[in-house]
Amino acid sequence: MLKIRQPDPRATRRAFLGGTAAATGAIVIGLRLDLKNPARAAAGPDLSGGRAQPNAFVRIASDDTITVIIKHLDMGQGNTTGLATILADELDADWSRVRTEFAPADAALYANLLMGPVQGTGGSTAIANSWMQLRKAGAAAREMLVVAAAFQWKVPPSEVTVEDGVVRHAASNRQARFGELAASAATLPVPEAPRLKDPSQWRLIGKAAPRLDSVAKTNGSAVYSLDIRRPGQVTAVVAHPPRFGGIVKSFDAAATRKVAGVLDVVAVPTGVAVIARDTWAAMKGREALTVVWDESAAETHSSDAILAEYRERAKRPGLVASERGDPEAAIKGAAKVLQAEFAFPYLAHAAMEPLNATIERASDGSYDVYAGCQLQTVEQAVIAAVLGVTTDKVRLHTQWAGGSFGRRATPSADYLAEAATVLKAYGAKAPVHLVWTREDDMAGGYYRPTVLHTIRAGIDAKGAITGWQHRMVGKSIMIGSPFEAMLVKNGVDSTTVEGASDTPYALPAYRFEVHNGREGVPVLWWRSVGHTHTAHAMEVFIDEIARAADVDPVAYRLSLLAGAPRLSGVLKLAAEKAKWGQAPAAKGHGLGVAVHESFGSYVAMVAAVTVTDAKVKVDRIVAAVDVGIAVNPDVIRAQVEGAVGFALSSVLRNRITLKDGVVQETNFDAYEPTRMSEMPVVQVHIMPSTAAPTGIGEPGVPVLAPAIANAIFSATGQRLRSLPLELSGLKGV
Amino acid sequence: MFKLTVDGVAHEIDVDPDMPLLWVLRDRLDRTGTKYGCGIAQCGACTVHVDGQPVRSCQTRIGDVGEGRVTTIEGVSGRVAEAVQAAWRKLDVVQCGYCQSGQIMSAIGLLSGNAKPSDSDIDGAMDGNICRCGTYQRIRAAIHEAAHSLA
Repeated sequence: MLKIRQPDPRATRRAFLGGTAAATGAIVIGLRLDLKNPARAAAGPDLSGGRAQPNAFVRIASDDTITVIIKHLDMGQGNTTGLATILADELDADWSRVRTEFAPADAALYANLLMGPVQGTGGSTAIANSWMQLRKAGAAAREMLVVAAAFQWKVPPSEVTVEDGVVRHAASNRQARFGELAASAATLPVPEAPRLKDPSQWRLIGKAAPRLDSVAKTNGSAVYSLDIRRPGQVTAVVAHPPRFGGIVKSFDAAATRKVAGVLDVVAVPTGVAVIARDTWAAMKGREALTVVWDESAAETHSSDAILAEYRERAKRPGLVASERGDPEAAIKGAAKVLQAEFAFPYLAHAAMEPLNATIERASDGSYDVYAGCQLQTVEQAVIAAVLGVTTDKVRLHTQWAGGSFGRRATPSADYLAEAATVLKAYGAKAPVHLVWTREDDMAGGYYRPTVLHTIRAGIDAKGAITGWQHRMVGKSIMIGSPFEAMLVKNGVDSTTVEGASDTPYALPAYRFEVHNGREGVPVLWWRSVGHTHTAHAMEVFIDEIARAADVDPVAYRLSLLAGAPRLSGVLKLAAEKAKWGQAPAAKGHGLGVAVHESFGSYVAMVAAVTVTDAKVKVDRIVAAVDVGIAVNPDVIRAQVEGAVGFALSSVLRNRITLKDGVVQETNFDAYEPTRMSEMPVVQVHIMPSTAAPTGIGEPGVPVLAPAIANAIFSATGQRLRSLPLELSGLKGV
Repeated sequence: MFKLTVDGVAHEIDVDPDMPLLWVLRDRLDRTGTKYGCGIAQCGACTVHVDGQPVRSCQTRIGDVGEGRVTTIEGVSGRVAEAVQAAWRKLDVVQCGYCQSGQIMSAIGLLSGNAKPSDSDIDGAMDGNICRCGTYQRIRAAIHEAAHSLA
């Protein structure tokens, strides 16, 4: 241990946590903040043995490397860069020395402050929940470096300045690098209320610092979960039942065991696992396996039948999610009544990296798990339960994730639980890498639910909406999950109805009812959750009403958004940048607009399309976004560009269909993501703002489909409602 | 027993001749920069070069590689490769990054035979590489940027 004299006693206020010089020479500057949550308050720093727990957001090494600890999963959103930007700015760090590291599972320290006591990533909250936490962490570390320098130089801290990783005292012409001061700074108490910068002093926030993962992700060195190679590891693939809810009745592994490289075949609750020396052998072994399934409790409905049942249920009143006034009476007295139905299919997330995880037992009976962990607190608890140990015996090592779009965060931790069951069934003889093939991944359920919306609305002689009656049928994501108590009230899952039951449009009489789907198909959040369908239904139907009222769709929306200035703001900005209404569209061309709030962020899009011979080409998307303070404008633009590329194929063609309960689309040939030649030009405009930052991982998605559908109407006069759009029905122009 | 040259290093590997090059690289040689995405040559995440030509390694039997020299993202080098990687970094193309090894290998293949690709050339060469994060706009821009820097 280094022995360092006690610095300036004036700085020694009651310590939250002092750092220590660790054996590695790295300095941990610890920090505990915002102890409102009792679970977090209870877990204090453990300084036993003179070694601080890594309950920190930043480490400064003697070589000046600054490591920012990232408590979230980065599945491509660029949150590592954004989170590091926030901390590094307050620290006045040299950006070229900033590195990141994914945090361990530790809800006491790394809970998502918008998810209660849970460490996890979702709901576009990474930046929003971390904003003040990381500013304070960076500012506290900066203040400690300043005090350390002032003590060393025997000057008042107020005369010490910091810039780009260098601490200076101008009057005496002295300076020191962060690395030189880290050891002594680490012995100081962490300031409880460090002074945060005025926005005018920001040097990184709002300035598009380069992504921190660009180099590793362009030379093959970035390690994803699928790239984990533990000594002696074996690979497992699992034969899953063809229908949801099926279980193994019996199996014959004789042929499998003859496949070269196959090591073992074991039954697990989710199927039969083939364990082999490599992935190819495991897959070949699975092909040779004969399994008889017990499907007595399996879901055997086709998706068509499920939707037909939804249509029947939509005829009857459902649970009331929200209401005001008497929409039925208002519709009865209306000059004109419009009604429409919007159907949405199941959607697979289809991230490029199929689900997989490596798990191994350590010599002391604890476990190490390597995966793209997205809901660490839940995952740790589920794995611990499977393995019969306490959660502290399960260490999660979060890796770069090759996409997720929500799929890696399941309340059941499904694939991680399966990995644990395989390890257990194998007697933990070696580290087990569970690999789902593309087919396993796509047929594995946890889809965006299939949903039906039916809407009726009345307008008066001037075109004003008098009443709006809205019914939705779809399976709840949260009912039956650990989040039910938080997010389900009176049977209504807020994540299912969000974006419609709470519409910002000033509708005088409004009722939103919901029926919860009952099919045995596992469903999950899919990049923007309920907004994936509610925004489409709302934004296409409001467009229909505007047309029926013979009012420009932008002007019509603005007339209903007087109480929603940030939505109006992005709508006006997108319309202006897209030159909305400035020139009549050529034959076969059309512009369409949509605007929506999700996760506290506001996005408007104007789509420009060309329709020829029942084919639609989306030429251009002009987007305007308001995410509060734009921490990294280039990452924000990238997320909106990416949202367009991601969601476009779900507008044009993607659907998961069940035939007698069996998933029909199991690879990219039948469920084809957007390709290069289809990608429109995307222009993203960011609304200047001083509001606290919100997320942009998801909010670009909801408005794409309605903007395109509305543009197709402009181009053709034909109204396509359900997704994917039934382009075959389009008449050539 | 197969002799295989990967990124300039010769290997002798005892595997089933049907084993796809992808799994030889990833599971036998621990060259994990090349990715598995679909296994049916639909996504291009597994793209490597054999004798300088982009191929889908998930559909390339090890028994068919023969004397071919395999280049992966981890070993690709030269003027074109450097220009492509520099452009990818300059424009911050990547998001999750999982498909980008294959995207970059396809882009290097394109620019090696076509110094100034048009947008439609890019569509033709890159349509077989899926990016689920939807980074296509930046991939296109980065290919133009690399072509410009090589001119």
